[in-house]
Amino acid sequence: MSLTIDRPTTGTDPWRGFDEGAWRASIDVAGFIRGNVTPYEGDAAFLVGPTQRTEALWRFVADLMAVERERGILDVDVHTPSTITAHAPGRITPDIPELIVGLQTDAPLKRAIMPNGGWRMVEGGLKAYGYEPDPAVAEIFTKYRKTHNQGVFDAYTPAIRAARSSHVITGLPDAYGRGRIIGDYRRVALYGVDRLIAAKRAELARLDDRLSTESIIRDREELNEQLRALGELIELGDMHGLDLRRPAASGHEAIQWLYMAYLGAIKEQNGAAMSLGRVSTFLDVYLQRDLDAGVLTEAQAQELVDDFVIKLRMVRFLRTPEYDALFSGDPTWVTESIGGMSADGRTLVTRSSFRFLQTLYNLGPAPEPNLTVLWSPALPTGFKEFCAQVSIDTSAIQYESDDLLREFNSGGDDCAIACCVSSMPVGKRMQFFGARVNLAKTLLYAINGGRDEITGAKVIDFGEPITAEVLDFDEVWARFDEATTWLADTYVNALNVIHYMHDKYAYERLEMALHDYDPERTLACGIAGLSIVADSLSAIRHTTVRPIRDETGLVIDYELDGEYPAFGNNDPRVDDLAVDIVRMFMNKVRSYPAYRDAIHTQSVLTITSNVVYGKNTGATPDGRKAGEPFAPGANPMHGRDRKGLIPAAMSVARLPYEDAQDGISLTTSVIPSGLGRTREERVENLIDVLDGYVSSRGFHMNVNVLNREMLLDAMEHPLKYPQLTIRVSGYAVNFVRLTREQQQDVIDRTFHMGV
Amino acid sequence: MTPDPAAPLRALSRLVDAQGQAVASPTDAAATGSGDAGLPGAGGPSIAGAAPPGALPPEAPYEDEFDVADGSRIGFVHSTETTSGVNGPGLRYTVFLSGCGLRCLYCHNPDTQGMRLGERTSARRVIAEAGRYLAFTRRHGGLTVTGGEPLLQAGFVEELFVGVHAEYGLHTTLDTSANNQHRASDRLLAHTDLVLLDIKAGNPALYERVSGGGRLSDVLDLGARLLEHEVAVWVRFVLVPGLTDAPDHVAQVADLAAELGPIVQRVEVLPYHRLGVQKYAALGRPYPLEGTPTPTNDQVEQALATFRDRGLVALA
Repeated sequence: MSLTIDRPTTGTDPWRGFDEGAWRASIDVAGFIRGNVTPYEGDAAFLVGPTQRTEALWRFVADLMAVERERGILDVDVHTPSTITAHAPGRITPDIPELIVGLQTDAPLKRAIMPNGGWRMVEGGLKAYGYEPDPAVAEIFTKYRKTHNQGVFDAYTPAIRAARSSHVITGLPDAYGRGRIIGDYRRVALYGVDRLIAAKRAELARLDDRLSTESIIRDREELNEQLRALGELIELGDMHGLDLRRPAASGHEAIQWLYMAYLGAIKEQNGAAMSLGRVSTFLDVYLQRDLDAGVLTEAQAQELVDDFVIKLRMVRFLRTPEYDALFSGDPTWVTESIGGMSADGRTLVTRSSFRFLQTLYNLGPAPEPNLTVLWSPALPTGFKEFCAQVSIDTSAIQYESDDLLREFNSGGDDCAIACCVSSMPVGKRMQFFGARVNLAKTLLYAINGGRDEITGAKVIDFGEPITAEVLDFDEVWARFDEATTWLADTYVNALNVIHYMHDKYAYERLEMALHDYDPERTLACGIAGLSIVADSLSAIRHTTVRPIRDETGLVIDYELDGEYPAFGNNDPRVDDLAVDIVRMFMNKVRSYPAYRDAIHTQSVLTITSNVVYGKNTGATPDGRKAGEPFAPGANPMHGRDRKGLIPAAMSVARLPYEDAQDGISLTTSVIPSGLGRTREERVENLIDVLDGYVSSRGFHMNVNVLNREMLLDAMEHPLKYPQLTIRVSGYAVNFVRLTREQQQDVIDRTFHMGV
Repeated sequence: MTPDPAAPLRALSRLVDAQGQAVASPTDAAATGSGDAGLPGAGGPSIAGAAPPGALPPEAPYEDEFDVADGSRIGFVHSTETTSGVNGPGLRYTVFLSGCGLRCLYCHNPDTQGMRLGERTSARRVIAEAGRYLAFTRRHGGLTVTGGEPLLQAGFVEELFVGVHAEYGLHTTLDTSANNQHRASDRLLAHTDLVLLDIKAGNPALYERVSGGGRLSDVLDLGARLLEHEVAVWVRFVLVPGLTDAPDHVAQVADLAAELGPIVQRVEVLPYHRLGVQKYAALGRPYPLEGTPTPTNDQVEQALATFRDRGLVALA
C-alpha cells in the first residue's frame, strides 16, 4: 500500500523558502510558526466546497457509522493488543482513493484492544457488544503482564476506596487510559523522525553523568521507551510507503506525516481524551508555500483538510457502557485548537483556520474533531464573523479565551486545549488527568457528619452530624471546610497513586517522545457541583432551610422557606460564595504534595457526567431533589439563571481562573431568534457576546444555537437527525447518540430566549 | 423656511382628536375605572375602550420621588435582563419598568401593568448596574428601557438616559406606545438615540379598542416630536389575526409609518404570539385573546409587503 501522490519534492529541500530562524537548530515548532506564518485578515469568501471524491468518501464513511450506531460498535479485533505497528495498514474502501492514509486497525471503524490500562475494561467492553475475549490474550494480561488498573488497586488506601465507591470522588482514570496528553505531532512533519531520535538521544546522554536516583532511573527508562516508540513510528510509515525519517516536503506530506504521528499515538493509547493539539496554522505554512508556488489550488488544499478531518472523525476506542454513561456519545476529544494571537501581537489565524471550520459545511456537522477556537477580541473581524456563523449554523464549536492562555502560560501563544478546557503549551507541558470530586455530595457529608445520604454508611470519619432544626450558615461552612480538607487529602493521595502506576504500566511512549525532556507537569484536579453548593450556601444564608431527617437522624431532604439569590444572575451575594469555594478547595489541594512535583491545578467541569453525578447525590439544600442532574461544568443550575445568557456568563466569568487553571466550563444554549432578528445581527451579537465574555475574564464557552422543539423532534425521530451536533460540556456529541436521560437533561437546560 | 416635516402628523393628530375619540384621558379612566367611549366602526364585540375584564385599572402617572441616599429619582422596576434581537440593536441591558396606562388585548407582559408592583429602585443604582455590562453592550448595543410604559416614569427614564450618555457614552433606546408622551421632556428626547414606537393601529377606533383606551393622537404627537428632534425610530406593529390584520388596517399603520419616513430605520412586524398566556393564568386573569390563532407566514409576508410598498425596511 502506498500513498498515491506525486512526489515532485523528492530530492528538494523540505525547508525551502522557510526563514533562517533558530527553530532550524533545535526542536522549536512555535518558533517555526512565528517565523513563517501568513496571518489572514480576510473573510470566508475564498473557501470552497467538497470535491466529488470527498463527498463519495464521506458518504461511504457515514453509511458505516450508521451501521455502527445500530450495533454499538462496527467490529473489533479481539486477538491483537494494539501497538504502533500491530495492525496491517487498512483502507476505508478500495473503490475511493484516500489522500491521507492510515487507520487504527486494518479496517475502518474496527476497534482495537489496549489492555495496558486494565484488562477488566477490555473484557467489559467486548462482552457488552457480544464479543468473547481471546483466552490467550486474557491469560497474558491476567497472569503475566500486570496492568495499570492492578497497580493502582495495590496502592489504594481504604479511605480512597471508600470515597471512590461512594462516588464522592468519581471518574478517576484508574481503570482506563488517562489521556489529556498532547504529543507535538507537528514535530514529525517539520523535522522528520531521524532528527527527533537524535534530539532524544542527546537528552538521554545528558543523564549519563547523573546519580542514579529513582527519578533519574525512571527518566532514563522512559527516554529509551520513547526512542523505541519513535523507531516504531518509522516502521509504521514504512508500512504505508511513507518515509517519516525525513521532514515533510509539501503541504500534502505535512498533513500525512502529522497524521501518522497522531495515528501512532491512538494505536498505542486509548486515553480518555486523545487531543490533536494546534495544527491548522502549522499546516498552513506548508499549504501556503505550495499555493504560492502554484503547485496546489484552493480546492486541493481544502480537499486535503477534508480528508484529514474524515480520518479524525473515525477515531474509535473500545469502551464499556458504564464509561459511556459518564462520557456519553463515544467521545474521543480529538481537540484541535484554532486561531488565537501571537505573543508579538499578530494574529495566528490563517486561511487553514477557516479551512478546518469549513469541514463542518463540507462534511456536515460532527462532534469530532472537537474544534476549539481560541478567542480574543483582537482576532480579525473576518474570522470572528465566520466562527459566529459556523456556531449559528452547526452548534459544533467551542471557544476558549486566548487572552487568558497567553496571560497565564509562558509560551502561551502555542497552547492547545486537551480534552475540553485543559490548556498546555504543546510539547512543553503534560498533565496528570484527575477527573473530579463531587462537591455537592461533600456538602451533604458535612451536614451528615460523614455519613452517605443515600446509603447511610459512614464514609468520612469526622465530627458529629448537624442536629439543628434550621441550618446555620457559619456552622455549615465550618463543617464543609472540614469535609473538604479530608476530601483534598484523599483525592491527591488517589491521584498520586494513579499516575505513578500509569507511568509504570501504561506509559504514553510516543506522545511523550513528542515532548521536550522533563516537561512541566500539572496535577489536574477538578470539582463538580459548584453551582449547587453555592446555591445551597446562599439558601442557608438568605432563607430558612430545614433539614428533614429519617429515623436514624440522617438528613435526606430539605425544606426551603423563601427565595435566595441564585448563581447565574451576576449577583455578587451568591457569586462570591462560588468564588470562595473554588479558592478554598484549590488551596487545600495545593497543600498536599503531588507526584513528580506536578503543579496543582483544578477544573470546574463535569463533561456529561453531570447526569450520573446527580443520580448519585441526594437532595441538596438549594431545593434540588435527590437524583436530579447537576448543571454541567460551572453552569448555573437549570432554570435559575433568569436574567439572560450574559448575566449567567458574568457569574461564571467571576470565578478566578488563577485558581482553576485547568479550565472553567460554561455551556450555553440560545434560540436563534434570541440572538437577533437577521442573520447579520445574530453574527454581530454572538461576536459581542464572545468579546464581552473574554474581556470579562471568562474562559470557556460552548455555544449552542438551537430550538428546543428540534431537539424534541430528534428524540422521537433520530433517523432524521444523524448529524445533529450539540455542545454538552467541553465537547460536542451527536445528539441522537445520547441516552434518553441525557437527551432529556439537555432539553431541560436553560434555553435563553435572548442573551 | 424649511417645511415642517412634523406638520402632517400634527394635523392628523388634531383630526383624530376632533373625531371625538377617547375624550377621557387615561388618568380619568383610571379614576373612574372605565374609559367608556364609543367605538365607531370598529366592529367586533363591544368592549368599548374599557379595560379587559379582570385587568387592573390603568396606572396613573407618579410624582417624582428621590432616593434619600443617592439623591437620584426613584423608579418602579419590574425586572432587568440582558437581551438581544428584540429591544433594539446589539446586546442590550434592558430595564422593564412596571406600570402601564394601557391594557392592550395582546399584552404579553401583564405582570408589568401595575406600577406599584415593581421594586423601588434609584436611577443611580440602575446606571451602576448597566455599567457592569459595558463589555457586552458598548459596541453595538446599549441600554433599553421598556415596560410597562416607560413614559409613565419619564423623569426616571430621563435621568437614566442622561446618566448613561454622560458616563458610558452608551446608546439609549426607549420602547414606548407613546401613551403619556406629553411627559417626555425635550431633554429626554435629546438623550434618546432610538425609539421603538409601537403603533397598534392606524385608526382611532381600532387603536382604542386594541389598547384598552389609548389614543392614536398620542402616537401622532410623539411622532411629530421625534421628527422635530430627528430621533431614529423603529416602528413596531403587532399583527393579530382577526384584530389588526385586515389589509386596510395594516395599510393605515403603514401610511402612518411612512409619514415618519425620514427617521424610520425599520419596521418590525411582530407576529402575535401566545407566550403571555401562562402569565395571565398565574395572575388569575382571563386571557383577553382566547382562541386567537397566531398569524400564518403568508399573513406576515402580506403585512411586510404593505410596509415595503411604501419604501420602508420591514422585518418580521
